[in-house]
Amino acid sequence: MPRLKAGEKSRISFKLNGRKVSGDAEPRLLLADFLRHEIGATGTHVGCEHGVCGACTVRLDGVAIRSCLTLAVQANGRRVDTVEGLAEEDGTLSRLQAAFRRNHALQCGFCTPGILMSLEDFLARGGEPDEGEIREMLSGHLCRCTGYSGMVRAVLEIVEEMHEEQNA
Amino acid sequence: MKPAPFDYIAPESVEEALAVLAEAGEDARILAGGQTLSPMLNMRLVEPAVLIDISRLPALDYIRRKNGHIEIGAAATQNALENWPELAAQAPLLAQALPHIGHFQTRNRGTVCGSLAFADPSAELPLCLALLGGEVVLQSASRQRVVKAADFQLGMLSTAREADEIISAARFPVAEAGAGYGFAEMALRHGDFALAAIAVKAGKTGVRIAIGGVADRPMVRNFPAGIEGAALDDALNDLAWDLAAADDPHATARYRRELVRRLGRKTVEEAKSCRV
Repeated sequence: MPRLKAGEKSRISFKLNGRKVSGDAEPRLLLADFLRHEIGATGTHVGCEHGVCGACTVRLDGVAIRSCLTLAVQANGRRVDTVEGLAEEDGTLSRLQAAFRRNHALQCGFCTPGILMSLEDFLARGGEPDEGEIREMLSGHLCRCTGYSGMVRAVLEIVEEMHEEQNA
Repeated sequence: MKPAPFDYIAPESVEEALAVLAEAGEDARILAGGQTLSPMLNMRLVEPAVLIDISRLPALDYIRRKNGHIEIGAAATQNALENWPELAAQAPLLAQALPHIGHFQTRNRGTVCGSLAFADPSAELPLCLALLGGEVVLQSASRQRVVKAADFQLGMLSTAREADEIISAARFPVAEAGAGYGFAEMALRHGDFALAAIAVKAGKTGVRIAIGGVADRPMVRNFPAGIEGAALDDALNDLAWDLAAADDPHATARYRRELVRRLGRKTVEEAKSCRV
């Protein structure tokens, strides 16, 4: 890649939820801002902008990361998955989203997109995380309205379901 | 909360990265995982002219055993080390310490060498490197040198790295046969900076303890192998005072000394009980 000059925009393209998207970005543009302002994908939320709150978490090549600590140019040519990609086209919720709804794991919903994307990666790694491991993982996200009990219940329910499916 | 403008380059090789760095020197910053650098950029605590992104250089993305060390390349993430199959057997101390670093989501991107480069006094990896007597490999366009942990971290956020060098790798000695290891820390919330972090190696010939989060860098002491009871309490009390803790908004100096004494004793006992 040639040296990208400060203040000059270059064309950035990547696969967002399976579809190719493109936009222009200066080197300093954060991936979170690129998604929201350049692509118009506002499902990813921006809270603290220094990696603490977790609201902006997306998956980059499958791995849950902070999009406020990643440059848009770093995502060029890669795969980005955000909350918009979870539900079916017809609005049917993903398994994780449905479990969140059943367990009242969200209230205002500001932190939820990031938490869902973290969990998608976390649960895809296999194993059967227990409550302690789930809570430790959730410590990377701040929720200020419902607290975390509903989220823990939702995840434990899914872990149990996955366990039963594997042994069926 | 947006970075000031900078040039960005993702070099295709280590040689190219070092050449750019040699030219730009102190005006450049190396971007690896970015879990410390990016917040500093966002807050404009640093405003480099150029960012050199080494995060996707395959030549730096490795974890391997080499000459009694675990050698970790500059692009290897904390998460990659955490999931390295040999970790628990080869480096039980790192296996215990890694989950304390930030969070799942930041370890996915944060690198081992990046943490050493930043040299936060309360960080877990510099503490482990100091306790184990590890070393870092510093590489510039014209030379390579290997620096011991004790000579590398010079103080608060300060290291022996020159402006034209990158930490190309870190080397942690593999676990010593017959030794037990312990790690503990106290933080206000999981993933926050440690108020005090303690790493211990209980070997056949002595007990080695390192304290982070209290002085301006990890501090290491060696105690006799059989130390216990009142003698251990006295040694830890001396150590607690020697660290010259200061009050800050998170904890008082008195509280930190108490952590060194109590958490220190608990961790030493744990390490001894892990001796095989």
